Amino acid sequence: MTSSPPPDFSEKSGPPASTGVRPPASTGRSGQSSLKGNSRLGDSVFFGLSAGSGILLLVIMAAIAGFLLFRSGIAISKDHTNFLTTFGWDPDNILKPSFGIAVLAFGTIVSAAIAMLIAVPIATGIALFISHYAPRRIAQPFAYLVDLLAAVPSIIYGLWGALFLVPHLNGLMSWLNEYLGWTYIFKTTDPGAPARSLFTVGILLAIMVLPIITAVSREVFRQVPRAHEEAALALGATRWEMIRTAVLPFGRPGIISASMLGLGRALGETIAVATVLSSSSVLSLHILDAGGGTFAQNIALKFGEAGPLGKDALMAAGMVLFVITLLVNGAARLIIARRKEYSGANA
Amino acid sequence: MKLQRNGRTKALAIGAVALVSTLSLAACGSDNNSAKTTSSASGASSAAAITCASKQAPLQGAGSTAQGNAVDVWKAAYGTACSGTQVSYNGVGSGAGVAQFNQGKVAFAGSDFALKATDVAASKAVCQNGGQAIDLPMVAGLVTLVYNVDGVNNLILDGPTSAKIFDGQITKWNDPAIAALNPGVTLPADAIQTFHRSDDSGTSYNLTSYFAKTSGGAWSYPASKTWAGKGGQSATGSAGVAAQIKQVKDSIGYVELSYAQNNSLKTASINTGAAKAVDATAANAAITLGNSTVVGTGNDLALQLDYGTKADNAYPIVLVTYEIACDKGNAPATLDSLKSFFTYIASNGGQQAIADKGYVPLPTPVASKVQAAIGNLS
Repeated sequence: MTSSPPPDFSEKSGPPASTGVRPPASTGRSGQSSLKGNSRLGDSVFFGLSAGSGILLLVIMAAIAGFLLFRSGIAISKDHTNFLTTFGWDPDNILKPSFGIAVLAFGTIVSAAIAMLIAVPIATGIALFISHYAPRRIAQPFAYLVDLLAAVPSIIYGLWGALFLVPHLNGLMSWLNEYLGWTYIFKTTDPGAPARSLFTVGILLAIMVLPIITAVSREVFRQVPRAHEEAALALGATRWEMIRTAVLPFGRPGIISASMLGLGRALGETIAVATVLSSSSVLSLHILDAGGGTFAQNIALKFGEAGPLGKDALMAAGMVLFVITLLVNGAARLIIARRKEYSGANA
Repeated sequence: MKLQRNGRTKALAIGAVALVSTLSLAACGSDNNSAKTTSSASGASSAAAITCASKQAPLQGAGSTAQGNAVDVWKAAYGTACSGTQVSYNGVGSGAGVAQFNQGKVAFAGSDFALKATDVAASKAVCQNGGQAIDLPMVAGLVTLVYNVDGVNNLILDGPTSAKIFDGQITKWNDPAIAALNPGVTLPADAIQTFHRSDDSGTSYNLTSYFAKTSGGAWSYPASKTWAGKGGQSATGSAGVAAQIKQVKDSIGYVELSYAQNNSLKTASINTGAAKAVDATAANAAITLGNSTVVGTGNDLALQLDYGTKADNAYPIVLVTYEIACDKGNAPATLDSLKSFFTYIASNGGQQAIADKGYVPLPTPVASKVQAAIGNLS
């Protein structure tokens, strides 16, 4: 099960790979210091450019965070209800502005979670097919095809979802309601209504994040050391056993990274969700019922007619989405860091 | 070797991120460009009615998106005739438009609602010579109740029944209340699927104003641009609602006339208490607009729409949006251009130019009051 400690590769890369996750960074840094005497103009220019890019990114992030914090501070101080637990969104009510993110946070997380549950296994399968099963002649065009999915604009996904997917999901919905209704989650309170629900949004988001997860996982699977695979095969493993014992453990951090990229898109997707979801300020665990909302969708819908406080309130919602995304990504980094010792990715 | 491999993954990941962000940017961009067609034909035909200002200057306006298409038609025609006065209009929403006007950033604002007392008070800072902001009704329209029920082609509804349908109190098409309004029509026993706007909208405001006035208490919420009714599903924009009605059987929703026409949707007639149920047409809406009373004072022409009208052929669910300007003390640099542009858009030629965009030309009594008020602007 656990792959044997990865052999000989660490010797090749020279400097002691003690820190691990990102070997290129550590090799790069130590390489730079050892070559200090040889610095030329090109080096300093390139260093300036790359450091500048890095700093620019930090400045942009800080500017976004600062802007959101400032505007949301204004809004939350004027909210007459609890910002975290209120369901409704009525910030421009002059007498009693009230707005809260409960429904939005729930909808955002649930729809993204559904998308991940569907997309990650399928994407892993596609990636394995491309990297290990398909003949080269098929694998290449197939990979391009998957990448093409990422180039489809999200409004197209939204229109396709609203005009094609929703009407065709009624059969699946009634099946789920009939056989899995006892789980409460799959119960439909209004059978026959168009399936413009968080579940449908989850399916749509799954299709949208599929190419990202597939592309990154595929590249990671391709990097599995040939020696690992051949060793597994030589020990009598079948192809499936080889993938289970050599490829998947090596690729796990890569799959997680890929999923995080996909999750980021799923959490922030705006126009496709706004086109498909029938939004309402109802928080329901019946994920097949039309209703609910997501942060990005709510911002897109309410921004046009929002008054001054309404705009600030939307910034506050954006702030929460920003924080949620940061937390999710941080959690993923933690998982990767924790796993790296066992996976062999630091070989 | 290893370095290279990892580098490739990273580059790929960065590429993916870049791709994703470009996509979402593109998506945001595609949000607002709803049918901004400028009809050069109507522009050319009405160009004759335009008298350019003696002192031309670019005009900036901002506000309601509901009148955005109308202003687009006007500014194309006007800009062709008077090349020194290019009009720009930013559809930022009514509230934001009025706010920009009161900060002196724009020469005029477009609003779905008549000015509130607080807005008028704030305007005194921008309007000089003791002037204040006034409402000039300029772009009128109507809200239609659109439905998709097989075998029913001339549905008739009234205030209380439609309010109850949209509030989830009437849930079946063969409900006795609907049957009583449609004698002789075979109504299906199916559930009613209602659709409302998920975004805040003047369309919702006008429909709920109608409900509040005529439903006899069945609609228990105040008129609001945010939908408050129970049940049903929501869709984004009038285009989204129209698409759902077209697609979903046994559904009912509300959109402006142009969306009903462009999607060939069936529109309900309204039983207002008049001798005959009133069809949702521009001509019938014009009758209600003509009968509306001016509640503004002086040059302010804020209209009180008679949602409860019982006059023959008067369609009750009408909407009117205003242009906001100072009655006295408009910015001297743009005053001439403002008066010239407003004179054109309030003229018969200007009003007819937007008729084929689903708007209702102002009835003559209202239009003549508006023209008189424009003449008094200073």
